Amino acid sequence: MSDPKLVQIRGLTKHFGKAPALVHAVDDVSFDIARGEVVGLVGESGSGKSTIGRLILRALDLTAGTVEFHGREIGKLSQREIRPFRRRMQMVFQDPFASLNPRLRIKDIIGEALDAHGLAQGAARERRIGELLEIVGLQADHAARFPHEFSGGQRQRVGIARALAVEPDLIVADEPVSALDVSVQAQVLNLLQDLRQRFGMAMLFISHDLDVIELMCDRIVVLYLGRVMEAGPADVVSRHPRHPYTKALLAASPRPDPDARHTRDLLKGDIPSPLSPPSGCVFRTRCPLADAACAKAVPMMRNAGPDHYFACIHATETTSPEHVR
Amino acid sequence: MDFTALRLFLKRLFKRKLVLFAAIVLALVVILAIAAPWVAPFSPTGMKVSQRLRPPSMVNWFGTDEFGRDILSRVIYGGRASLGIGMAVVLASMIAGTTLGLLAGYFRALDNIIMRIVDAMMSLPDILLAIFLVAVLGASAGNVVLALTIVYTPRVTRVVRGSTLVVRELPFVEAAHVLGVSTWRILSVHILLNVASPILVQATFIFAYAVLAEAGLSFLGTGVPPEIPTWGTMIATGQQYADQAVWLVLFPGLAIVFSALSLQLVGDGLRDMLDPKLRKAL
Amino acid sequence: MTLPAPLLDIENLEVTFRTEENSVTPVRGVSLRVDAGRTTALVGESGSGKSVTSLAVMGLLPRPAGSISAGAIRFRMKSGETSNLASLAPDVMQRLRGSEIAMIFQEPMTSLNPVLTVGEQIAEQVRYHTGMNASAAMRRAEEMLGLVEIPDAVRRATEYPHQMSGGMRQRVMIALAMSCNPRLLIADEPTTALDVTIQAQILALIDRLRKEHEMGVLFITHNLGVVAEVADDVTVMYAGEVVESADVRTLFRNPRHPYTQALINCLPARALPGADGRRVVRSIPGAVASAAGVSGCKFAPRCAHTLAACHVSHPALETIDGGQTIRCCRWRDL
Repeated sequence: MSDPKLVQIRGLTKHFGKAPALVHAVDDVSFDIARGEVVGLVGESGSGKSTIGRLILRALDLTAGTVEFHGREIGKLSQREIRPFRRRMQMVFQDPFASLNPRLRIKDIIGEALDAHGLAQGAARERRIGELLEIVGLQADHAARFPHEFSGGQRQRVGIARALAVEPDLIVADEPVSALDVSVQAQVLNLLQDLRQRFGMAMLFISHDLDVIELMCDRIVVLYLGRVMEAGPADVVSRHPRHPYTKALLAASPRPDPDARHTRDLLKGDIPSPLSPPSGCVFRTRCPLADAACAKAVPMMRNAGPDHYFACIHATETTSPEHVR
Repeated sequence: MDFTALRLFLKRLFKRKLVLFAAIVLALVVILAIAAPWVAPFSPTGMKVSQRLRPPSMVNWFGTDEFGRDILSRVIYGGRASLGIGMAVVLASMIAGTTLGLLAGYFRALDNIIMRIVDAMMSLPDILLAIFLVAVLGASAGNVVLALTIVYTPRVTRVVRGSTLVVRELPFVEAAHVLGVSTWRILSVHILLNVASPILVQATFIFAYAVLAEAGLSFLGTGVPPEIPTWGTMIATGQQYADQAVWLVLFPGLAIVFSALSLQLVGDGLRDMLDPKLRKAL
Repeated sequence: MTLPAPLLDIENLEVTFRTEENSVTPVRGVSLRVDAGRTTALVGESGSGKSVTSLAVMGLLPRPAGSISAGAIRFRMKSGETSNLASLAPDVMQRLRGSEIAMIFQEPMTSLNPVLTVGEQIAEQVRYHTGMNASAAMRRAEEMLGLVEIPDAVRRATEYPHQMSGGMRQRVMIALAMSCNPRLLIADEPTTALDVTIQAQILALIDRLRKEHEMGVLFITHNLGVVAEVADDVTVMYAGEVVESADVRTLFRNPRHPYTQALINCLPARALPGADGRRVVRSIPGAVASAAGVSGCKFAPRCAHTLAACHVSHPALETIDGGQTIRCCRWRDL
């Protein structure tokens, strides 16, 4: 870990509203994203995964904690001061329909990104828009069309072209394929893989789908009710999870294999309201291992192997740290 | 099958024909008003006491009023003031209301201040507020426009703010924000383009209201000076003869109805054409 | 395969929607069966016609635009007699809905009345179908909430839908569906809006109820993982047609139709190691929309094995060994 991280977040916290309706969306989250690395944020609703993406991009203001980007603290910059950084980090959205302005042509949607940072004018701007459309697998002459003339998958490609226009170092992809059909999902996942290979940008990949996360990411951060439960290399976390929540999440994810059907230990109950998260370990109300000690204090991160951490005082099962896929 | 296709064809044709027809009517009214000195058969102020309260005839198509003035000529001239005041009020209240509505909807800090003032103003009856304002400002065409603009701006503000609150939460606005697009451009392009339809619809209503309110003000003597003919002043003064000479109020009334109706139809057509999805279907 | 007559037997169903401009057939040539006590999954992407098929079975096609223009929907009722749902009068169909066939949807919030307590809604359904008195119906409602494993059912019966979580609301929908002991449950994407840990609970619940009540389940989903989890039999739809059907093991182990094969292969879990060591998902080129106006095989524009003949002749649904059916002119040589 000697090379400087692209993104380093420490103690990231975001509360919405005021007491008594204070929502603990994100609580004391810390992790890094190295240059060119793809980090996956996985969790269910209320886990705070989308909020974290928006905090890093400063689309939301943080309540507490720090966000360092290229070694510079950007968590407290004003919206004016943050503008130059927007060239370096971009976002791809979940909803391919609502994320493109229906009144603008594709060239204006993508061109806006170029204009905002003065990247290209006139004929060069035109050329660049065509080039970006071709990079994402569309055609240059699509530029004059409106969003409604495209399918969901094609719109998502336009959204990706818009993000690429500024040549960012980091792309936050918030559930980029969950609104798409399975067959189209695969196209977009492959496109993102190719682009990452080609341009070497880092990605924060947010998804509720563990299969997608495992496919796309180098490292995984598992969230529950705004807190990190477990973090580590993708293959290690998905094959040798340590935290009971990660295990439950893996067990609950349907596998496309009828022979793998098994009677599993289902998690009981509902996700608690982020208005009043449980004391101590937030997962304890649904955890099979929970006891009185879990309510006392927020569990510390424990090391489970190289770059692999989990927050549970009970999970003791050991795994061979040298496990390789 | 053939029958359904035919019905659809007729329906579409009729729909577009109506918009076209409305546009023609509106254009005609506007042209007549502008070209009043050349098209009006008589002077709008030329009194002929011997000809008073004549019903419509070959000479005076719309009849004459209590002073023997030709009503057709007065309706044509009246369009100048009525439409002019209406248009001016629409334009001014659209600009002011849209600006305030965008600001209130987008900046939370401004929302409370702007909307409390708007609510306070909307709690007063329109015409009372207008009378008060004209009384303070003094009766003149310009002050009527100013007063009615102040009266109708809150309506526009409210509609624009409501739509802005919806649009500002859409992901494409967030996308623009994350791209580093300036707040000015987010407001003037992303949000304004997507709240344009309700603003247009509101404009057609306000035009009609403004014409009517001007009439009301004129009737109460706090509006346009009576020597300038407007549709409003004509109805106001003609009212007392309505039982014996209905044409005094009928023709200026029809002028208001036709103008307001065709403006609304044109507004509807405009809204359809501004929507890229509907434009493709048409 | 079970020998007794199936609970639901759809044969060559065709649904037509007439608009003012033209008429479209979002569903044609759909044949599928659901056996008592078994789950048939109906799989397809958006535009495949799977939801329209389920609405046709329920007699809920939007009238007057939508209608069943061909085919039969044979349903074996509690009395033992079989009737063709495609030709039943609307009022007869209305009696069947709820008592014989029930349906649950993706978003329970929109199917529940926000101003009635969940207990009242279930009780009303019970009274409509059984004529029970109000207090007995309410006790039945509480019993049903217990059946779907809602803790503290008597108290929860007095809550309104908005006071409940998404998972709880879906349980209420299931209780509502089960309240008159239907023989067939149609579940249209019932877990798509839910989190995975909640989805697992709901899937387990539906499965338990199916076993205990010997009920047939038609499970509509786009998620092949869920199919592998819940289905006994699977019917795959593409662009309004059934392209393949088989029992779940055969379908996953030995898919015969190129679309089924491709659909399974494009799952992230089935990604292959790529040249650079990263795993790559195999995707299907193009989009479903490319099937519009195709006269030959609907999948031909996206298929990897298309021959000239595929564009010309429209393949029929053939039955091959073991009850597997397939609609592809090349299944023998692939």
